[in-house]
Amino acid sequence: MDELNNLFQGFAVALTLPNIGFMLIGIFLGVLIGVLPGLGGANGVAILLPLTFGMSPTSAIIMLSCIYWGALFGGAITSILFNIPGEPWSVATTFDGYPLAQKGKAAQALTAAFTSSFVGAFVAVLMVTFLAPLVAKFALNFGPPEFFAVQLLTFASFIGMSKEPPVKTLMAMMLGFALAAVGLDSVTGTLRMTYGQESLLKGFDFLIAVIGLFGIGEILLTMEEGLAFKGQKGRISLKDVLETWKELPKYWATSLRACLIGCWMGVTPGGATPASFMSYGTAKRISKHPENFGKGAIEGVIAPETAAHAAGTSALLPMLTLGIPGSPTAAVLLGGLLIWGLQPGPLLFTEQKDFVWGLIASMYLGNIVGLIVVLTTVPWWAAILRIPFSIIAPVIVVICAVGAYTVHNSMLDVVLMLVFGLMGYAFKKLKYPLAPLVLALVLGDMAETSFRQSMLISKGSLEIFVSTPLAGSITALALIMLLWPVFGLLKKLSRG
Amino acid sequence: MKSGTHLQMRWMELLVAACFLGVSLLVITDSLRVGNAWGPDGPEPGYFPFYIGCLLFGGAAWVILQTLLAWKHDGGEEVFAEKHEFNLMMLMLIPSAAFTAAIYVVGIYVASLVFIAAFMVWQGKYSYFKSFAVGAVISAVLFALFEIWFMLPLPKGLIETWLGY
Repeated sequence: MDELNNLFQGFAVALTLPNIGFMLIGIFLGVLIGVLPGLGGANGVAILLPLTFGMSPTSAIIMLSCIYWGALFGGAITSILFNIPGEPWSVATTFDGYPLAQKGKAAQALTAAFTSSFVGAFVAVLMVTFLAPLVAKFALNFGPPEFFAVQLLTFASFIGMSKEPPVKTLMAMMLGFALAAVGLDSVTGTLRMTYGQESLLKGFDFLIAVIGLFGIGEILLTMEEGLAFKGQKGRISLKDVLETWKELPKYWATSLRACLIGCWMGVTPGGATPASFMSYGTAKRISKHPENFGKGAIEGVIAPETAAHAAGTSALLPMLTLGIPGSPTAAVLLGGLLIWGLQPGPLLFTEQKDFVWGLIASMYLGNIVGLIVVLTTVPWWAAILRIPFSIIAPVIVVICAVGAYTVHNSMLDVVLMLVFGLMGYAFKKLKYPLAPLVLALVLGDMAETSFRQSMLISKGSLEIFVSTPLAGSITALALIMLLWPVFGLLKKLSRG
Repeated sequence: MKSGTHLQMRWMELLVAACFLGVSLLVITDSLRVGNAWGPDGPEPGYFPFYIGCLLFGGAAWVILQTLLAWKHDGGEEVFAEKHEFNLMMLMLIPSAAFTAAIYVVGIYVASLVFIAAFMVWQGKYSYFKSFAVGAVISAVLFALFEIWFMLPLPKGLIETWLGY
């Protein structure tokens, strides 16, 4: 058991006093970033990255990765209490988390979310510890067709699971793809859809879209309902925790599936956001009571939270072993490694043992610390709720504007944020789902690149997506998901 | 599109679908410009966006068709927003737009202070002093956080320059 030996050495590195301190700072900052709708895991880590240059790489990565775990935890708080996803990966948590809070079961929803997050992360860390070399080797065999098939599966499951009209889901998604295509084409260097506007060269950033659609859009909707900020009370007593914990083992199958989906989506560059949606969709499909989903089913909180954390954690696996980030935040951390003078890749595991195993040990510790911190401090984070809307609304707009500005130091982004906000308002009322739009905007470039690379390999034949057993089976699964609404329609028709 | 006391859902449906249609035409036109065919070295830059644009066009056309088909049957009963609700929404949107415009002129710190204070007085009926205090505290915290702690400069105006930042 070489891994266990290494892991114990890692614990020795992580358990020094300064490193525990950095861990705590990281978790607190992370939860704060996760709670604030304007700041996110990826740009939060990016903003703080320059502050770590003076630190030792091990302490720095421990703090930054703890910000990441904290943000993963924090996203759930606003999703459940405010119906505002603090992070894109907690969008799926709002579907059932907020209805639960409306029913007065906020404490149960929060406890379930935090515990599931912890379980997801724990399983993923176990996987990172023991399966890193194997899984990385497997993903190394992935070619563009396999990558595209996985992305297709993600998007197809959206249309299959959507509670909005499938046509509108498709339209929202295509709008996301179209926005993602604006700017410099990464394959040929051609300018697309800029129509002579220099400011469009860099394209649309998904962070701006997220801040506008969810932050500003939600504020506009809330304002319309007459200044009542529909935040729910969030106080967790020990009794709530223990009672919810007693309930949770019933949903072991949902958790297990969510862990598997999360680990898979984290290792392949799917990331936490699609993982949470896929997991939610799968849980709804398999559930005996799918009609409860969206109205406050506890499984609807467990599934996306477990998968998001499992994916967020396992996203570090390909980043460390291959230098391929599995999520946007992992990409920012990868940038950090290079700045600290570390070369990500298989050699890292042999040459920088302290660093790698210190980080892995800190993942175990960070998640335990994180769970305790969020369970005990929820009332503090939720204190924002007691502030009247006429104060909190302009403050959120200001924070959103600052968040939008700092993404690229561009005022145009602040203006775009407002436009996205108005769009979010109209889309929500007309039942255009926002999540597929954001997801397509995030993954658009990746999906297009892998599609075009596949087309180059196959000389334009779509058969490449079924040419290998791996790509073929993923594609087949995607098509089933895509045609799911049609099956439902046929069933209805046959029943008359 | 406004009839009586509410905005009709069917008109908003058409308006948004028409916007989608417009976007899809922009996407398709540009894809044709950069080439949507199969070049000598593989798919051209417009290959992927072209089909995206087509799907977008098809979807928008479908929504418009459906709305028109249900036009008579619907009769304008479905409500997008009551007029007073819509006005409330604009009470948030217009000040936010004014705030964004103000950032260009006086920088983000002064703009935030005025925006928060004005909104509190206007919507929350707080006293001038209280409103100013909250705005000033938020602005000061932002300033300390970004200019001093994170060293991440935000847009500034004359007052900050005069203070030496």
